Amino acid sequence: MTNVDAVKAQSAAGPTPGNERQAPTFKPNKRRFSWANNWHYLVLTVALFISVFPFYWMFVVGSNTNADVAQVPPRITPGPNFIENATNAMNAVPFLRSLLNTFIVAGTVTVSAVFFGTLAGFAFAKMQFRGNKALMAFVIATMMIPLQQLGLIPLYMLMDRFGWVGQLRAVIVPALVTGFAVFWMRQVIATSVHDELLEAGRVDGCATFGLFRHVVIPSVRSGAAVLGMFTFLFMWNDFLWPLVVLGGNQDAHTIQIALRNMSQTYYADYALVLAGTFMSLIPLIIVFVIFARQMIAGVMEGAVKG
Amino acid sequence: MAAVQSDDPGLTPRSTMSWWFRREARIAPYLYISPFFLLFLVFGVFTVAFTAWVSLHDWHIFDTAAGGGTFVGLDNYARLLNDARFWRSATNTFSILLMSTIPQMLLALVLAELLNDRRLRGPHIFRSGLLIPNITSVVAITIVFQSLFGRHYGLINVALDFIGLDMVNWTSSRIGSHFAIATMVNWQWTGYNTLIFLAAMQSIPSDLIEAARVDGAGRIKRWWKITVPLLRPTILFATVLSVIGNFQLFAQPLLFAPGVGSMGGNDQQFLTILLYLYNMAFRQFQFGYASAIAWMLVLLTAVAALMVYAGVGYLNRRENRSALEVERMRERANARQEAGA
Repeated sequence: MTNVDAVKAQSAAGPTPGNERQAPTFKPNKRRFSWANNWHYLVLTVALFISVFPFYWMFVVGSNTNADVAQVPPRITPGPNFIENATNAMNAVPFLRSLLNTFIVAGTVTVSAVFFGTLAGFAFAKMQFRGNKALMAFVIATMMIPLQQLGLIPLYMLMDRFGWVGQLRAVIVPALVTGFAVFWMRQVIATSVHDELLEAGRVDGCATFGLFRHVVIPSVRSGAAVLGMFTFLFMWNDFLWPLVVLGGNQDAHTIQIALRNMSQTYYADYALVLAGTFMSLIPLIIVFVIFARQMIAGVMEGAVKG
Repeated sequence: MAAVQSDDPGLTPRSTMSWWFRREARIAPYLYISPFFLLFLVFGVFTVAFTAWVSLHDWHIFDTAAGGGTFVGLDNYARLLNDARFWRSATNTFSILLMSTIPQMLLALVLAELLNDRRLRGPHIFRSGLLIPNITSVVAITIVFQSLFGRHYGLINVALDFIGLDMVNWTSSRIGSHFAIATMVNWQWTGYNTLIFLAAMQSIPSDLIEAARVDGAGRIKRWWKITVPLLRPTILFATVLSVIGNFQLFAQPLLFAPGVGSMGGNDQQFLTILLYLYNMAFRQFQFGYASAIAWMLVLLTAVAALMVYAGVGYLNRRENRSALEVERMRERANARQEAGA
């Protein structure tokens, strides 16, 4: 249907395109499809396609042979070789070991950052103490310092002094609790923990840690889950600091370092590299599919708060 | 002793209990916030201060064990000012910054406007589809785009060839490589910014848009004259984040061209500041000079962020007029409503 036809069809049906205010009164119009009213679906679908295409392409290259992809025109549909390419990728670098390391790092940091972030957030949001406001402002200020870059070199020296270079704890310990975790949980607790509940707990004889266990933790689960997801994803994807401090010890590589080595060593073998890359993304995609709604809400709420 | 009392509040005299209670409630918050501050003291305050100290030395990696390098004052900074390679990396970073931030913000504003529609079907599909690039690791993104931008068999060059244009050697051309890297950044962050803008748009009072509609402003005009100006604080926030993020570009140039990527290309055509810092520190082991680069990186980031702030402040002052216009429009709409009633 051309644009002109669409407009004609529209005026025959009644409301003119663009004047959405009248549209709901005309029921039959709802059934008829017209580009004039629906062009935004086209734009959004193109955007969606561009967002998702690289994942598809990863799988296409990863499931074909290099020859299939290098011909002109290249194959743009998945082939039968994914298992073979993925096996090659897993043998090319210590893939499973790196996955395990990344799980250890991201898992430990997530649990710790959520726990300590909630504890500190509770203190900042609900307890009165000297310097509460000033210290919170300080926490927020620390979020703006690009620590990973500014502190990269001394941090390396420090880890060297501790004897932690090449050990996972060099990545885990500095991230155990972050300013972002404290800030996020403070916001969550301030809005979702009711003062009456805390008062009631107090009357029942709870000390502050008892309040934390019995009142705060049950009411911040969803906010803490969002923080946990962001922390996990961040640690899973972190690259610069792990590369610097763990790069020398192959047994301590994270998945990002393994991917990097794979792509630099086997750069001519796209099928292998992209099959491996695709596999490294599977855990992320699973997390995303399960938690997409919460993450979208988290990003959008964070924006309003920020 | 105190713990026993709190476990058994019924048996303790009330006055003692409340003393313990008050005491505990006074100390506890400091205990609860201490993990963050301890960690920050060691890994934050110390490292930042020590970077400044190291940057004043000629400090090779081996000097660390020996107790420090030789004090050279501001020599590292003087060397930095005359280091053509550093300034090339700075202009590269700035060029990629422009090529990523501006299109990204415009595109995100358009997409957010299209998503900000109550009658849109399947909003969740569009939102999650747009966010998924953002959770992908930079390493994985770079590997995929490196294949898409490949010289001979990359899909983009094949497509260019197909429509009759010349293939581009994306890694060897300066502008081409900046474009490719900016594309990776845009792909990763446009959806995220779209959601942030969408959240802000949802909080715009609908009577403003309605008033403009009654005044006969088309959709594009409403978007550009009302929605976008009202979103200015959010756009400012997103732009500053984008500026900071672009100054930290590292994985993309490192992995973009296997073999020569670690130097930012044969001719340093896509060397970024952070990659230069990394090379100086962990390939050439010049910790002193690399620390000076770290401080310069922070300084340049701050300058760029302040420029964005200043630019927005200028726009705000200049367009106070348009705010007045909006106010007038609102009044007219109100008057019309009253007349109707």
